[in-house]
Amino acid sequence: MYKVEKLNELAKVVAAKRADNAALEPRRMTADEKDTLLASFHPDYKQDEFTVLTAGVNKGDKVPTQLAALLQGKSRISASDVDLSKPDYVTDVLIIGGGGAGASAAIEADEAGAKAMIVTKLRIGDANTMMAEGGIQAADKPNDSPAIHYLDAFGGGHFAAKPELVKKLVTKAPEAIQWLNKLGVEFDKEADGTMVTTHGGGTSRKRMHAAKDYSGAEIMRTLRDEVLNRGIPVVDFTAAVEIILDKNGKAAGAVLMNMETKELLVAKAKTVIIATGGAGRLHYQGFPTSNHYGATADGLILGYRVGAKLLYADTLQYHPTGTGYPEQIFGALVTEKVRSLGAKLVNIDGDVFMHPLETRDVTAASIIRECTERGKGVETDLGKAVWLDTPMIEYKNGEGTIEKRIPAMMRMFGKYGIDIRKEPILVYPTLHYQNGGLDISDDCATGVENLYAAGEVAGGIHGRNRLMGNSLLDVIVFGRNAGIYAAAKAKETAEPEGLTLEHIERFNKELAAAGISSETASPMLLPHYARKSK
Amino acid sequence: MDNMINVYLFGKKYQVPAGLTIMTAMEYAGYELVRGCGCRNGFCGACATIYRIKGESQLHGCLACQTEVQENMYVATLPFFPLEKKIYNIEDIKPDQQVMMQLYPEIYACVGCNACTKACTQELNVMQYIAYAQRGEYDKCAEESFDCVMCGVCSSRCPAGISHPQVAMLARRLNGKYIAPECGHLNDRVNEVNEGIFDEKIKELMTKSVDDIEEIKAMYNSREIEK
Repeated sequence: MYKVEKLNELAKVVAAKRADNAALEPRRMTADEKDTLLASFHPDYKQDEFTVLTAGVNKGDKVPTQLAALLQGKSRISASDVDLSKPDYVTDVLIIGGGGAGASAAIEADEAGAKAMIVTKLRIGDANTMMAEGGIQAADKPNDSPAIHYLDAFGGGHFAAKPELVKKLVTKAPEAIQWLNKLGVEFDKEADGTMVTTHGGGTSRKRMHAAKDYSGAEIMRTLRDEVLNRGIPVVDFTAAVEIILDKNGKAAGAVLMNMETKELLVAKAKTVIIATGGAGRLHYQGFPTSNHYGATADGLILGYRVGAKLLYADTLQYHPTGTGYPEQIFGALVTEKVRSLGAKLVNIDGDVFMHPLETRDVTAASIIRECTERGKGVETDLGKAVWLDTPMIEYKNGEGTIEKRIPAMMRMFGKYGIDIRKEPILVYPTLHYQNGGLDISDDCATGVENLYAAGEVAGGIHGRNRLMGNSLLDVIVFGRNAGIYAAAKAKETAEPEGLTLEHIERFNKELAAAGISSETASPMLLPHYARKSK
Repeated sequence: MDNMINVYLFGKKYQVPAGLTIMTAMEYAGYELVRGCGCRNGFCGACATIYRIKGESQLHGCLACQTEVQENMYVATLPFFPLEKKIYNIEDIKPDQQVMMQLYPEIYACVGCNACTKACTQELNVMQYIAYAQRGEYDKCAEESFDCVMCGVCSSRCPAGISHPQVAMLARRLNGKYIAPECGHLNDRVNEVNEGIFDEKIKELMTKSVDDIEEIKAMYNSREIEK
């Protein structure tokens, strides 16, 4: 039951129309309808929320205002703060970030015989990978193929992705699932071993593999266990604050900062992989986020300062179904799997207003339109929201489906007295994913030699919108890929010489020349949520 | 100010608005969290916490990000708990009873006090999954422990010194790799990809992606969608 009686009354309207709504097959929008909807209601189109960069390799490009402040912010160190000739760590492959991509890269680099090391500002596994609920795509069923997966991903991303990256994503997908399964990741299967797969928004085949609604957690904890079994060093609570280059301008390590003692440390490496994840905690346009605490775009800053280019940094994914109510879980992710299993989106009148499995950008824009222009949202003290009719799942698929397939969702709402088996839930878009990022080629190389990027921090794989289940896939496929290529490159690279942090002063001068004087410490490392006393 | 309540963070009293979680109450009180905060959504186990309501005997385990503050709540976070993780090569072990005896023999010292289950932040039947592990029933142990976030509160309460989350982790990997049925269509597809049977079709799409965007748009907009 909702603590606010008005919501219980409104939920009855939804219940009354459930049978009719369940039978309904809403039509999908035409390409033109989608374009108009996005241009009018998607946050990416709000021009006054973006700033044009005036310094660095993407000068002239627009990025979200909060990101611009960090990209053109102030380094946390000066070159004189550390002695680069006395490294605290020496390794072949330095991996910055302990999420799904970082862990996958570490395992593959280790497998290739390279000395790998992970540094992470929180703990290994404190990452968006851990929170991915719905699943991971792979075209492994007889009615599906990597080519069909290609078309879904490329079209869903508005034909903007880099073709060679989409190719790698879809053709390496089945192998990624097999690799995970052989590491011991449990997938939902039928008794004969057939994968239980469902649709996601924008998929034309049912290719979403899952481990209940703990898909990312199951993958991440297994990868973490494997990293530890292999004895790969993991330096936790230690953030990278600057990339170190060698005398030839190649990446050669990073300056690290102990998050608790603030001690600065030097890691020297033959190759460096940035796998720092996303940026939800920058709260673009004031949105809540489904992201973990450390999602502050650090990798974009690290790369940008040494000259790595950004691609599509102006496109963000607002997950259509963030929690709209109650306050304690406001903005938390309600997995798309809820809609994959048959729940529909419903407005205050109890009417279905769209097909529930359009792509995420279209669905988010449609919900925003319902709550603004059309005035059909449900008002709470947190703002407007629409209903996601979760009881419809059991109405269609039988009792017990919710507990078996989406136990995390049932638990999350259950803690606040809302039984999602019997009551619909309120949802509104939440900042979820950075579609763009560091521009990479299909070997995960950035434009800076010996500097690689993988996972959410990289851009170009998903174009301007990512499909559900292609992110978990991305972190595994490109995480492994980065580990393989960075290890191979490290083998043919001599011990780096002439380590330098000259780029800091160079970038400062460029900022000064552009008339920017910023005191914003960058990278941000963690958001500032502590209430300041009056 | 709306409804304020008293909470005791590490014994020190603070007044915070009712309705906050323990985590947001700490931030309201002025804490800049570094440890004890991860996903903030109940999946990572970073914010393991124990609490007791003043005047009551029962000690509770919870996740700070998922638990609402209560009046007179005494809170201590448990940002790190020394679990014992054994090292093994997943390729070399077998899903028999021996492996658990070798790696985690302390599970057989379980005294059946059920403190682990009572402390579980995910309301799992922890003692039951340890019993399955003792018997080598790893599929059941995997299922019973599936929602574990490895926060370690169970282990902090265990008189036998068992690292329950690590035992369950091993059981799930054994189940996922060796016990759960193998997937035929997955293996077939990996072989097909390696044989190159999709190469031509993919190449065609890649070429169109660059040279003939209108055609690929038409293909996308008219593609057949599985019901």
